Amino acid sequence: MATDRRVSGWWTVWGLLILVWALFPLLWMVSLSFKDPDTFRSGTPTFFPETWVWDNYRTVFADSLFTSALINSVGIALIATLLAVVTAMFAAYAIARMTYPGKKFLLSMALAIAMFPQAALVGPLFNMWRNLGIYDTWIGLIIPYLTFALPLSIWTMSAFFRQIPWEMEQAAQVDGATAWQAFRKVIVPLAAPGVFTTAILTFFFCWNEFLLAISLTSTDRARTVPAALSFFTGASQFESPITYIMAASVVVTIPVVILVLIFQRRIMAGLTAGAVKG
Amino acid sequence: MALTEVRVAPPEPAKAELTDRARRERRLGLTLSAPAFLVMVFVTAYPLIYAVVLSLYNYRLTDPAGREFVGLRNYSTVLTDPVWWTDFGTTLIITVVSVAVELVLGFAFAFVMYRIIRGRSLVRTGILIPYGIVTVVSAYIWQFAFQLDSGFVNQWLGLGTFNFFGQRWSALVVIILSEIWKTTPFISLLLLAGLVQVPEEYQEAARVDGATAWQRLRRVTLPNMKAAIMVALLFRTLDAWRIFDNPFIMTRGANDTETLSFLAYRQNVTLVNMGAGSAVSVLLFLTVVVIAFIFVKGFRTDLSQVRGDQ
Repeated sequence: MATDRRVSGWWTVWGLLILVWALFPLLWMVSLSFKDPDTFRSGTPTFFPETWVWDNYRTVFADSLFTSALINSVGIALIATLLAVVTAMFAAYAIARMTYPGKKFLLSMALAIAMFPQAALVGPLFNMWRNLGIYDTWIGLIIPYLTFALPLSIWTMSAFFRQIPWEMEQAAQVDGATAWQAFRKVIVPLAAPGVFTTAILTFFFCWNEFLLAISLTSTDRARTVPAALSFFTGASQFESPITYIMAASVVVTIPVVILVLIFQRRIMAGLTAGAVKG
Repeated sequence: MALTEVRVAPPEPAKAELTDRARRERRLGLTLSAPAFLVMVFVTAYPLIYAVVLSLYNYRLTDPAGREFVGLRNYSTVLTDPVWWTDFGTTLIITVVSVAVELVLGFAFAFVMYRIIRGRSLVRTGILIPYGIVTVVSAYIWQFAFQLDSGFVNQWLGLGTFNFFGQRWSALVVIILSEIWKTTPFISLLLLAGLVQVPEEYQEAARVDGATAWQRLRRVTLPNMKAAIMVALLFRTLDAWRIFDNPFIMTRGANDTETLSFLAYRQNVTLVNMGAGSAVSVLLFLTVVVIAFIFVKGFRTDLSQVRGDQ
């Protein structure tokens, strides 16, 4: 017993080291975001700020480049996630429940697209989007985001859907429920967690995307936060933009942290469900 | 796309005997899959074909009238240009080093997450934060930590005024560190899923037979996890091969730190050199096909699990 406890204690110590590894860079980000932008002139930067200031956050939220990017990011990521989840839900339902020709082909195609180098598409898409008049628009980013989110959504959801005891639907109908009632009262509650988990993973993907965001936009009409961050120059050209970039980074990291804190179990299940059959 | 023939299809049942019900199921299945299929074709297959066509022309957006058919000349231009090979080398170094480190580190993390009792959900929550963080943000965090005017690394390691972004190897070190920090969680979760699948009885049996911990790991755990390891490796390798965000943010490709994705972006979007840019795009796509082919045929990675075939 005693040795068991000692062994389990060691695993906790290793676990703490992993936590430090995962969170230390975040601490550095937060620390930088509270520094006075002028501190870097001294030449001997410290880890923590000498004085903690809110100025960077004020500057960032007063900058229309950032606020419009934040609106674009939220809007584009939410719409692309919604469309991807709905489209993938139909496909995943068919994959999990039906036999039809082309099912294997669809799954293989999804796999191929998951491995696809997006950079190989920026040229043709850039050209096509200009001709179609959707370059530098929300829809111009939503369409490719939807596409590249589909493979992950289809796998994750079909893996979840396969575990649903579909017979219960018939059982409910035998017990006198209508088809719609059986679907709504029995199947929807069983399927909802899988759909929701898929939505979180898809949202992360859209929130994170950078290459297409800088290739298919040119102004703050559709530029998302990652793209805007790469063009950030700060309040004036004489100031270093470092602290502002970090303040903006903290702002876009907050939704990620909140989602992870609330839905840790689901995200874990979703990440592994699609990849290795559990 | 080359992956469609990974598996030989089982013989089809005789088609003539399809019942009404089966026929209706087929039609509904196809209808439900159609939207996903069409979107994927429209955004990937069609532009790829378009890129193949464009790559046969000399074509700049700034000079549309000067467009002319040049056959495969763009390909020979790209492949004889040292820039392509430098970028190829950079991409290869980043991919090999980061995937190798991540595999070892990811395995260690997976093992800890598997064994840990107290603090289990805390560690599992913490590790998801790098996974979810925006790559551009990760790039900035690591860049500012190593940069001379803002970073603490030089003070802590006593490196004085060593400029990490002043030459190729040290800039690549920082790029790879950011890449490793951000993506090890993903690989470790895939490996954890594989680790959970190894039956505990095998471990017990080996222990009873007097196997040491190292022998149990090498002879029992690893062979039983082979499928999960190969899938994790394939995914991460192809993901690392596409690296763009980290070098773009940290160095803008200076000191030979440009990657292949970066080259495709620069040719197509910055220089609007559609002909040569499309040739780079097609070549980049072909490298990915080759890597996937090596994994599937060479290492016999079983993708049926990933695809979700029954």
